[in-house]
Amino acid sequence: MGWLTRIMMPPAGSEFAKEIDFMYMGLFWLCVFLFLTIVIPMGYFMWRYRYKPGRVTPHVTHNTMVEIVWTILPLLLCVAIFFWGLNGWIKYSVAPGEAMEIQVTAKQWLWKFEYPDGSRTVNDLHLPVNKPVRFVMTSEDVIHDFFVPDMRVKHDIIPGRYTEIWFTPEVLGKHVFTCAEYCGKGHSEMTYNLTVENDADFAKFLETGGTEWEDYFNGKDPKKTPADWGRVQYETKGCNTCHTIDGNKSKGPSWKGIWGKMELMNNSQKVLVDEAYVRESMMYPQAKIVCQVRDGDRCISGFEPIMPSFQGLLKENQIKGLLAFIQSLQ
Amino acid sequence: MDNAVTFAPRIGDRPRPKKNYLNETKGFWSWAGTLDHKRIGIMYLVGVLFAFFLGGMFAMLVRLALFSANHKIFLGILKTLGVQKDPAEVYNRVFTLHGVIMVFLFIIPAIPASLGNFVLPLMLGAKDVAFPRLNLFSFYLWVTGAVMAITGMIVGAIDTGWTFYTPYSTTTDGTVTLMVGAVFVLGFSSIFTGVNFIATTHKLRAPGMGWFDLPLFIWGIYSTAIIQVLATPVLGITLVLLMLERSFGIGIFDPRIGGDPVLFQHFFWFYSHPAVYIMILPGMAIISELIPTFSQKTMFGYRAVAYASVSLALVSFIVWGHHMFVAGQSQLATVVFSALTFLVAIPSGVKLYNWLATMYQGNIKFDTPMLYALSFIVLFAIGGLTGIFLGTLATDVHLTDTYFVVAHFHFVMVGGTVTAFLGGLHYWWPKMTGRMYSEFWGRIGCGLWNLGFNMTFLTQFFLGSKGMPRRYFNYLDQFQPLHAFSSVGAWILGLSMFITAGYLIASLRKPMDAPDNPWNGTTLEWKTSSPPIAHNFEEQPVVEREPYDYRPVLAAK
Amino acid sequence: MSTTSVDLESHGHASAHAGHIDDPHHQHHFTTMEQQFDTSKLGMWLFLATEVLLFGGLFVGFGMMQARYPREFVEAHTHLVRWQGSLNTVVLLVSSFTMVLAVQAAKKGIRTKQVLFLSLTIACACIFLVVKYFEYAHKYEEGWLPGRFYTYQHDSIPACHPKLSGPEAAAAAQGLTAAEAPCTNGYATFFSFYFMMTGLHGIHILGGIVVLTWMLLRARRGEFSAAYYTPVDLVGLYWHLVDLIWIYLFPLYYLIQ
Repeated sequence: MGWLTRIMMPPAGSEFAKEIDFMYMGLFWLCVFLFLTIVIPMGYFMWRYRYKPGRVTPHVTHNTMVEIVWTILPLLLCVAIFFWGLNGWIKYSVAPGEAMEIQVTAKQWLWKFEYPDGSRTVNDLHLPVNKPVRFVMTSEDVIHDFFVPDMRVKHDIIPGRYTEIWFTPEVLGKHVFTCAEYCGKGHSEMTYNLTVENDADFAKFLETGGTEWEDYFNGKDPKKTPADWGRVQYETKGCNTCHTIDGNKSKGPSWKGIWGKMELMNNSQKVLVDEAYVRESMMYPQAKIVCQVRDGDRCISGFEPIMPSFQGLLKENQIKGLLAFIQSLQ
Repeated sequence: MDNAVTFAPRIGDRPRPKKNYLNETKGFWSWAGTLDHKRIGIMYLVGVLFAFFLGGMFAMLVRLALFSANHKIFLGILKTLGVQKDPAEVYNRVFTLHGVIMVFLFIIPAIPASLGNFVLPLMLGAKDVAFPRLNLFSFYLWVTGAVMAITGMIVGAIDTGWTFYTPYSTTTDGTVTLMVGAVFVLGFSSIFTGVNFIATTHKLRAPGMGWFDLPLFIWGIYSTAIIQVLATPVLGITLVLLMLERSFGIGIFDPRIGGDPVLFQHFFWFYSHPAVYIMILPGMAIISELIPTFSQKTMFGYRAVAYASVSLALVSFIVWGHHMFVAGQSQLATVVFSALTFLVAIPSGVKLYNWLATMYQGNIKFDTPMLYALSFIVLFAIGGLTGIFLGTLATDVHLTDTYFVVAHFHFVMVGGTVTAFLGGLHYWWPKMTGRMYSEFWGRIGCGLWNLGFNMTFLTQFFLGSKGMPRRYFNYLDQFQPLHAFSSVGAWILGLSMFITAGYLIASLRKPMDAPDNPWNGTTLEWKTSSPPIAHNFEEQPVVEREPYDYRPVLAAK
Repeated sequence: MSTTSVDLESHGHASAHAGHIDDPHHQHHFTTMEQQFDTSKLGMWLFLATEVLLFGGLFVGFGMMQARYPREFVEAHTHLVRWQGSLNTVVLLVSSFTMVLAVQAAKKGIRTKQVLFLSLTIACACIFLVVKYFEYAHKYEEGWLPGRFYTYQHDSIPACHPKLSGPEAAAAAQGLTAAEAPCTNGYATFFSFYFMMTGLHGIHILGGIVVLTWMLLRARRGEFSAAYYTPVDLVGLYWHLVDLIWIYLFPLYYLIQ
């Protein structure tokens, strides 16, 4: 019967999907049987009791026994099906504790994914094979729905709330994910590929920090320059909690207009703000401390050395973006 | 005269009265201001058929748009019409209008307000419904709602889907407020019809007619009326909240200002699930008339069917959450709603088996109404059985929000309700108009209806289980053949309706030829002339037998 | 057979064939006046059931939102003036009582008493609306208004919590109006419900005044008697329901803790 399953269901991408297919086919045959209990008698009666002039029909108002049977039997059947479905539902609802967590943000009409190491992608999802993955999802505008047909799972994504879904992809290659809750003009455009890959390929994917950055460096979209990518980092990596971009001092020096200037340090030395200096400040923030209160060329006190190191937290493309961003703040 | 349920004489046995409800008075105002339930029923019929036509045109457009993955024909039409909008936006508006018109303007009032209005007092042996003025008022509410909806369509249309889910509906452009207002007004039309039918059934039954002497059509319409009265106000208040949210930002459904969009879904389905039964119960009610009449045999398990109608009405109030298994309601709620949903299967199954048992040892005639009734049994069985896949939690996760759901509810609403409506229309057509239609074309129409319907919607089960989400303009190439097949089916469906409209209208052009009781029916509406006189009966009928008792009829032969 | 008995009739009035009743209020499709009265009453009860469900939806919504913003709701209710609510409760209870007396008077066909008690009921309804006016005016001045119109500044829980981050936050901070800015405000939600529910109830009071006035005019003409007092009776039922809804609204809004 495998061919019948293949006609009706998309390819199964996980063990869970196979279980759902089994249940689906079980219900299918059950419904075929129940359907026949209706149409076979109907067809037979249509032929056997077709109109004949003068035929006298009996006056049978009811038959309690028969009626009880055809009330109770379906009821028992329904109870059984309910528990069968409940069993699958519990598997669908409860994610294993060790599952990798991916943040999903849906908006009209795109998907944003963030991996545990901070790698981000847009409309592109890569998953390691045979590892359970849990998606924590929210929406920025209207209701969407994360639907992966090959995994037989979907769940609504609701603005102002977090919803969850999980599955274990077990078949390498491309699968489709799509939006299943109507969300407007681009609703049907939210169909993209989920790539299930082996651990090595997945690690390589993470190393470059996802794929979203590529859009900012290929020069195709004038609204997506490396500096814009830097702004995204500035706002999401926490830079903006201490550094302003309008020239005002905060907990750290402002980034406005510093690129290419000589900056006074707390030891009253001057340092050129260039790529080498900025990179050093991100990785080893305490190496040089900028002066906060100065008296001419003499520094009275520096900024408090509170910045954490971003070693390993920023990918190369993100650093490049930040450099371009600081450069753009003239 | 013996007032027991005996047969009114056939035409020729007694002269047709010169005056009937159609020609008693003349002129526009004699119709526009009428309090006669029959005339109001006819006006409703014209109205809902117009809505059916309009909604059907939108359905044809939907299928045209989806005929090919590159939308060649659809884009061509838009270009010819000079439409500048994004074609996906046009498509979204078209399917929304299809849904809103079909649900609120057509299916909900179709059977109760048109056929029900005409037949219910006749079946009860009453002269009119309990509150004739309220009846006319509710018709004008329907007209007002229809005018508002059509105005909304002309000035801007909406693209929310017929479900008006927040926060999309509170943020999108278009005439949402006007449309929602239209649905609000239509809701009150429905409430007043329900109030009228309940009061009529309770208080205006013919002498001798006890509760278990009611024809099953009345039981079905009565159950429907309960839902109309108890569920529609909740929809009303929900729509008011939606309008206020849109206009004033009151912060109840919109999460950006502190509201909860899922609350809207709970409110909406608390009405709209029972509304499904506002649609299907009257359909079942018609079938319960057709099966015994055309089998010339008493209804098997009359009481079981009557109780099944009422219990379906009651169960319908506690299963709304099954629309929201993956929509973010609590796990416990989901499990409970799934369990309750299976309760729906029982009374539905009971009805199906009782109809079959009625046919057993019958004397079955295959006139057009009966053909529709038999089609109903098959189509409704498929619609009902596929509901099992959706009520079962684990399979619903995959199938919900796909074409499987679209196919399922079209099987129940169109294969069920509309098929029954057509059956009822053909059944009572001689009574309403005094004319017989062409039986030959009737059978052709019914055959094409079945062919077209199954081509259109059986296909969509496969689309859905394969993972095609609903409300999609663009789809993956792999779905192309099934979509094309489904579209061809839809056009056959449309053709069958044109044929039906053609021979029904043609029948109006000939002189009245319908006998009082063309189908050998036993219920009271067949005791009066075709068409009935203005006050329904020349003498107050008195009921001495249960309905569908064929013994005296058979003995008389 | 004869068709003359049917073709001269007009709807809504007694006819010779319908049943030997000369009451001008008798409608042709009822056999007896009693049947007509019972039917009207049943219809009214059904209508009242829909009213209960109409308000029921709002009560449920209020409950859900109260669960979402418990602290804000309790604090917001202190802005309501309890003595004004209590006064209105008393006024409506009195009006219910005078309504009962008016129906009794109609049953007995005593015209002066009907006029007196109907007038008193209308007077109570007007007092209710006047008090309501002062309540609303106060709320308006303080800025305790529904949803995005809420402008009161001194709540103990800050009104807006911007939740977006990233480039969207910047966009939100620049281009959007206050109404579109992402924030949650339980106080505003409380007053949304307050105005909707008391407003809808107020509309019912207004409707009540209209039908009561109509009854008053008919009572003055002496239309009601022991044989026919259906309209007064039905209006009475309606009026009691409007009171009853207030009896639920009052503790919900003025007395929550």
